[in-house]
Parts: sequence; C-alpha cells; structure tokens
Amino acid sequence: MSSRAAVAKTYKLYLGGAFVRSESGRTDPIGGVNVPRGSRKDIRDAVKAARGAAGGWAKKTAYNRGQVLYRFAEALESRSDGSDEYGEAIDLLVHYAGWTDKLAAVMGGVNPVAAPFLSFSSPEPTGVVAVLAPDRPDVLGLIREIAPALAAGNAVVAVVSRTSPLRALDLGEVAGVSDIPAGVLNLISGRLDELLTPLCGHRDVNAIIDATSDDAVAAQVDELAAETVKRVSRPTPYTDSLTRLEPLVELKTAWHPVGS
Amino acid sequence: MATVERTAVKWDYAPAPESRDSATIKPRYDLFIGGRFVAPTDGTVVSTVNPATEEVLAEVAFAGPGDVALAVEAARGAAAGWAALPALERGKYLFRIARLLQERARELAIVETLDGGKPIRESRDVDVPLAAAHFFSYAGWADKLQYAFAGREFAPRGVVGQVVPWNFPLLMAAWKLAPALATGNTAVLKPAETTPLTALLLAEIIEEAGLPDGVVNIIPGDGSAGASLVRSDVDKVAFTGSTAVGKEIQRALAGTGKGLTLELGGKSANIVFEDAALDQAVEGIIEGIFFNQGHVCCAGSRLLLQESVAEEVVRKLWARMERLRVGDPLDKNTDVGAINSAEQLARITSMVEAGEREGATRRSVSCALPEAGYWFAPTMFLDVAPANRIAVEEIFGPVVSVTTFRSPGEAVEKANNSAYGLAAGVWTDNGAKAFEVASKLRAGVVWQNTYNKFDPTAAFGGYKESGFGREGGPAGLSPYVRFGG
Repeated sequence: MSSRAAVAKTYKLYLGGAFVRSESGRTDPIGGVNVPRGSRKDIRDAVKAARGAAGGWAKKTAYNRGQVLYRFAEALESRSDGSDEYGEAIDLLVHYAGWTDKLAAVMGGVNPVAAPFLSFSSPEPTGVVAVLAPDRPDVLGLIREIAPALAAGNAVVAVVSRTSPLRALDLGEVAGVSDIPAGVLNLISGRLDELLTPLCGHRDVNAIIDATSDDAVAAQVDELAAETVKRVSRPTPYTDSLTRLEPLVELKTAWHPVGS
Repeated sequence: MATVERTAVKWDYAPAPESRDSATIKPRYDLFIGGRFVAPTDGTVVSTVNPATEEVLAEVAFAGPGDVALAVEAARGAAAGWAALPALERGKYLFRIARLLQERARELAIVETLDGGKPIRESRDVDVPLAAAHFFSYAGWADKLQYAFAGREFAPRGVVGQVVPWNFPLLMAAWKLAPALATGNTAVLKPAETTPLTALLLAEIIEEAGLPDGVVNIIPGDGSAGASLVRSDVDKVAFTGSTAVGKEIQRALAGTGKGLTLELGGKSANIVFEDAALDQAVEGIIEGIFFNQGHVCCAGSRLLLQESVAEEVVRKLWARMERLRVGDPLDKNTDVGAINSAEQLARITSMVEAGEREGATRRSVSCALPEAGYWFAPTMFLDVAPANRIAVEEIFGPVVSVTTFRSPGEAVEKANNSAYGLAAGVWTDNGAKAFEVASKLRAGVVWQNTYNKFDPTAAFGGYKESGFGREGGPAGLSPYVRFGG
C-alpha cells in the first residue's frame, strides 16, 4: 500500500462559485505548495461575480440567509481539526447565523415624526464588501470578517492571509458545499501590494473591511476608498458583532402618509 | 386570443391523501420528566383520538398533581446548570432542535393532522415550518440578549410553567419553549388534553438534541394538571387559551409575585373598505375565518363590510365558501378539516343555535360531511345585531358574522367595540387610510391586505381581555427575564 502515490491538491482561487487558477498563470510557492498569485484581472472578475450575486443574496429572507450561514458552520465543523481556532470560527458562524433576522429589530425602528406619517428606518445590505483578512490567524481571522459581511446580506471579495493562505483557500470548498450561492463569497490569494489597489479602488465595491492592522495599508485603503466614498471599517479581534455589522449596512428611512 | 366557451363540466379533485407511512405512532406515551419518559405516579392514562374518525391513536399518560410537582422539581434541579451555560452554547442546543424539527417535518405534520384534525396542507406548510423557524430565530437570540434589553441588567426567571392550547399544538409549544430556553430558564410544558402527540414527539427531539436532563419537561394532562402547574413552585407562568381560564390564572397568581403572560381569546374584526381589491379581500376573509376550522384565537370572526360593497362581497364570499373542500384532513386538497373535539363541536353548535334564536340569518354551506368524527360546515351569519352573542363571544369555529358600516370612523368604532383586542384586518388600496385605521384599532396585530400572517420576528399578542405580553421578536424575550440587579 505504501507504494501508492498521493494525489496532491492544486490550490485555486474561489471565484464565482468555481475553483480557478489565477488568470495570470502565476503562483507563489508557500509551504511547499504553489499558491495562485491573484492578479488585477482576478480581482475584477471577483467583484463582477460578487455584484452579480449580491442582489439575489440580499433578496433572500433573513431566515434563509441565517440557515445558509448555519449550514456553513455545519460544513466547517466536519472540516475542523479539533483546534480552538476552528471551534471559535464555527461558533462565530453560528453567532452570525443568528444575527440575520435581528439586525432590523436592533438597528431599525419606527420614527415618531411630528407629522401624520408612518416613518420607519431599516437596514439593508450595502452591496459588495472587500475584505482584507489578517495574515494570522489564517482561518479565524478570515471568518471573523466575512461572517458579519455575509450575515448583513452582502457579497464578499476577500484577500486571504498572504503568509498562510492554504487553509483559508480551503474555506472555499466549505462554502461551496454550504448553500452559499455562487459569487456571494470570493476568496483571492496573492500579494497585497498587487491586489490592494484594484480591489479597494474598484468602483463597484461599496465597503472595505481592513483587518490587516497595518498603518501603511490603512492610509492607502482610506485614500482609495475616498474616490467612490466607500465605507471603511477597521475592526479588531475584540470588536463586538453589532459594531462590525453597522458599517456593512445602509439604513433606509421610508415615509408613508397616515390619514387623508 | 381565441374565445373559450364555458362548459358545464364540473372538474372535481381526485382524492390526494397523504400517506400515514411516514409517521409511526407508538401505542403509548409517558410523561417526559427529568430527561426520561416515565409512567405517571398519581395521574391516569387516557386515549387520544383522531377527531376526523374517532379512531384511537395512542394511550397517553396524563399527569396528576404529584407528577406536576416532580416535573417542576426536575426543572428546578436543572435551572442553575442551564442558566450557567455560556449563552452561545444554549443557543446551539436550540439550533439543534430547529434542525431536528425540520428533519422530522413530514412525520410531525402527519401526526399533528391526525391528532388535531387540521388539514395536512396547514400542518405541513404552516405549523411545522413555523415551529422550526421559531426555534431557529430564538436560538440566535440566546447570545444577543444584551441587544434586546438595551443596557438593562437581566437574569432568567428560573422555572417557567407553560400551558398551551389544542389549536396549534406543536407551534404553541415552540412559541413557549424557544424564548424561555434562550433566556436561560428551564420549563414544564403542559400540552392540551386533546392534542398531546406532537408535544411528545418534541420531547423525543429534545432528548435527541441532547439537552441536559430536566431543562424541558413535557407533561400532558387535562385542565386540572394545568391548574396545578400554574399554582406550583414555578417562577413564571405563560398561558395560551381561553379568556375565562386566563382570568382564573391571573387570580390564582395574585399576590405571589410570579411572572405571567396571557395570550387569550379574540373576536377580531376584518374590515373591508369599498376601495379594496375585493377578490383578494374575499380570499383574505376565507383565510381569516376558515384557516384551521376557525380554531384560531386571532380569527377574523367579525366581518365588517362597507355598505356600498357589502352585497357584492357577501355574494363573492358565499360563492367561495361553497367551493371550500371540507373533509379528510389528510387529503392534500382539503381546505377545512375536522373540529378538534366533540366538546368543541358542541360549543360551536350551541353558539350557532344562539345566533339563530337571536334573529340573525344563518347560511351554512351544503357540503357532504363524513359520518364519523366531528364536523361543522362553514357558516356565515347575516343581519347580525351588535349585541348578539355571535357578534360578541368567541366561537372558535368556522363561523363568521357579517355586519356593515358607512365610514372609516364607524368601522373603527365597531371594531373596537369588543372586550377583546387581539387582531384585526384592514382591506383597502388606500395606504394612508389603511395606516390611519390601523393606528386607531385597539388590537395587538393589524394585518393590511392580508390576514393570519405569523413570523418569529414579529410580536404577537393582545390588547384588553385578549391578554398581555408578546410572543415573537425581541418583545417575546422580556417576559422570561427579571430585570434589575
């Protein structure tokens, strides 16, 4: 039996629900594996896929989105290595699965306006969210940022850990079997200096979660965001979930006359 | 387009019975106390019957006062451990229950229909999925209570005693248990006398989900078991049922300091304005009063029609009523199933007789009713005076009373002229009018251009003698906690 040659896995980007090599044909050797080195064009493809999927995802009922995120947690449990990091990541998905149908109750409400109108405000997904995941922890750090973005009803393009991208890319395989619609979650590996500008400067990205904890990156992200007034949030591992969710939604106020 | 000539051919539905094979009912069910199914110590064993056939479905243990005390003791013993669990862990148990309910959906729907008489279409599409949704939604609240309570300090109440009715047996159990468990309480739930089976299947699911022993105890029984449960050593009582029993419970708890929420009866007004889409309104009237044979606390049992369209709506409504399919609840085409019990059938019959005696005009559809079982033909009353018993008292059956009004103001006055205040329906294409009327109705739920919609995120509960406290949404959590340090 020992003569059997193992079938090595080709690591790929997770883009539009499919596993693809970088269109650039480039890889970086990391941990003995050739990891796709995403390009400007990969980012463009990912944002396009995310935009295409965002409307359908936003339109699903909050209950349905909650169940899909819970399914993500179930699928990740079966991939867990039993470590605390995986345990925490799975529990975070469960936590955010429970947020989908509560955001409106917590953030929204009826406005007691001083005129005969029914005025109410409720949150809606902001659209396409770019995530710059931290380098460490590779799995938990990524889940911590994408879970709130998905729970709020957004589509996500995430740049995974640059230093340890393998397990993060594996999450695509988990998402792919957990009822998350194709294009709602896109995972790109590569070099931040190449990917930052095309992603954070993309006109079709609505919000950016910068979890790199890097001041130089922060300055660059803020500058790029200003071009199309993107919402930038910079949560720490200790930021509470509502504070993470708030910058990922728009609050819409509707007015309706009461009485003739 | 070619003109199609109407023909006189009457197309009927072929029978489409749901197979009973997907559900196995055991010959006997015991009390679920402390994580085990146990025989009653001082209770009895009673047959539960299918109200559509009068066939005995199973023998079910009914709790006596000693059994009630044992159940409360088991819940008390589990309270500290359950409350001390990290909130997310509590939530994860509730997520499991939601998933197991979904996995056993077919079986639960069949048993619900067999035990209670409601159409399989309703138990399959409403009762069971909503019960699962309720657990799923409250599972997510368990670790987010601080967001629901806006900075207030809170703690679970401890042990809650919950008594649920026979009209939505599984769904009401879910409405009661999910928020109680999410907030860290342990519970003793008493299902209704005539419909214990799905609550006992829920007990199996709770066992399967691995909840710690004693966190949930389910003890079937009659009214006396409910009476001893609410008077036992519990910290909070939640009751859904009749206003008469609700008042008794409120009196029994007077001075004890125990928490109480009551979801009681109704005589809800369904108001149709002349500018409504009338065909849709007719569907809504049907849904409002004949859903679950009218065994619905928020049933639209008082139909208020604007005079200018009253005749037309009554004509359309009657034509629609005559097309209702009354019969085998297991048939997937059935609209109106069996009356839940002989006792309830007698109550409906006596109310309808009172309506006729008091001078209202009765119209019951002339459908063929099965010989065995308990049945009542869909019925409307015209020429109803405001003081008639059928206009004032809850019938809890497939009977709608029709009155008319001239102006929105008169509609509101008539709708609010009731001791109850559970729900109302408003039908108009004029949004400004709909919201104005809604704002003036003294009712806990107002449906606009729809009726009988329920969701775990939307608070449900009554004004006035329809009870107090809300179930659903964040409002459904606060009755289960004690605020302040």
